[in-house]
Amino acid sequence: MAKITYSEQTFDCQDDESVLECLSRHGVELPSSCRAGVCQTCLVKASEGTTPPTDAQAGLKPQLQKQGYFLACICKPEQDLSFIDPDDNALPQIAATVVSKTRFNDNIIRLRLKPESEFEFLPGQFLNIHRQDGLVRSYSIASLPQQGYLELHVERVENGKMSNWLHNQVAMGGKLNIDGPHGDCFYIDDKPEQNLLLIGTGTGLAPLWGIVRDALSKDHKGEIHLFHGSRSSDKIYLVDELKKLADQHSNFFYTACISGEDNQGFSAGRANEVALSEIPKLNGYRVYLCGHPEMVNSTKKKVFLAGASMNDIHADAFTLSNS
Amino acid sequence: MSESLFDRIGGEAAVDAAVDLFYRKVLADDRINSWFDGTDMERQHAKQKAFLTMAFGGPNSYSGMDMRAGHAHMVAKGLNDSHFDAVMDNLGATLTELGVPADLIAEAAAIAESTRNDVLGK
Repeated sequence: MAKITYSEQTFDCQDDESVLECLSRHGVELPSSCRAGVCQTCLVKASEGTTPPTDAQAGLKPQLQKQGYFLACICKPEQDLSFIDPDDNALPQIAATVVSKTRFNDNIIRLRLKPESEFEFLPGQFLNIHRQDGLVRSYSIASLPQQGYLELHVERVENGKMSNWLHNQVAMGGKLNIDGPHGDCFYIDDKPEQNLLLIGTGTGLAPLWGIVRDALSKDHKGEIHLFHGSRSSDKIYLVDELKKLADQHSNFFYTACISGEDNQGFSAGRANEVALSEIPKLNGYRVYLCGHPEMVNSTKKKVFLAGASMNDIHADAFTLSNS
Repeated sequence: MSESLFDRIGGEAAVDAAVDLFYRKVLADDRINSWFDGTDMERQHAKQKAFLTMAFGGPNSYSGMDMRAGHAHMVAKGLNDSHFDAVMDNLGATLTELGVPADLIAEAAAIAESTRNDVLGK
């Protein structure tokens, strides 16, 4: 059993218990969100002289790993561990103002935020929204840096604390605290001739909408195929804008897929299945997958088996919080 | 014959060329792919790369004990010689597909084969 030391207190960490769970059991709450090692909300830093397990640093930038940063939610220490909150400047929270709030449909709103200090990002990365009571959730960035605002697509989740708050309570002019950007799901312009395949479900379109326009604005030469899926025709969104984009760019192809019954005017079926039946061989493709975790994970395997190289597969599974 | 197998086979570039091919064959092989259900693909891909680097005689720090500890949970669930044989088949097929000469394939196979008892906890 390892002992963990945080904030001048020492606790016994039980076998198979994460640092986050151990602290919580003792009444010490660290900020956390996905509890799956993804969102980096529970990032902490090992004190000089102690080393976190390598597993607990998964997905962190090498610079952070080197300095002893790790994720409390996936850290199951085998040796004694002492740690502190990350430096304020490691992941600073900054204020942002809601400058626009519009509705795509009954379930999805478009929020545009104006950060009050510099916020550098690449379209497709995500940020965390912090509510004053400590609630934190991640949202992908759909806008381009040159647009001057951060666009988020927020789907109302049943009993979802943050999404219902954003839908119902937050208004134009409202202030939010954000941190970021996070994630490696973004366009890279090192191979302009490479074909791109993007598959998203629901608001998994947000990062892809950013990535597609980023690629086009950087004059990407290869084909860009976007497949967006929703369960029903009242849930799919940005259809007209994407059709227009496809009309304007001869190398951009857009397919809207509806998996439910009311699929008139759309491709019938799930976006991932339609995509793989239309493009069965993916050798040389770069692939982006965003949205429902089951779709993302099963499709990751399928596109790899279809010939895409592992290093060319970028996935952003929208982990649902279990708290 | 002073040059190492790793250098003769093509070094890190050869590993990079082989890892996708090899992992794809493993995932498509019904004899063994169920062992990989539910595993994180990026991390598994990194492990396959480490395995190929070792089989190619490249830099690695694996000990027999690491091999035992790393596979013990699978041995407990029935990992056996037939699964190891399948991995060896996929390794050979990958190197053949890449046009690696037969004598180098035999050397790499011998290194991989040398881990059999540790991997299977014998």
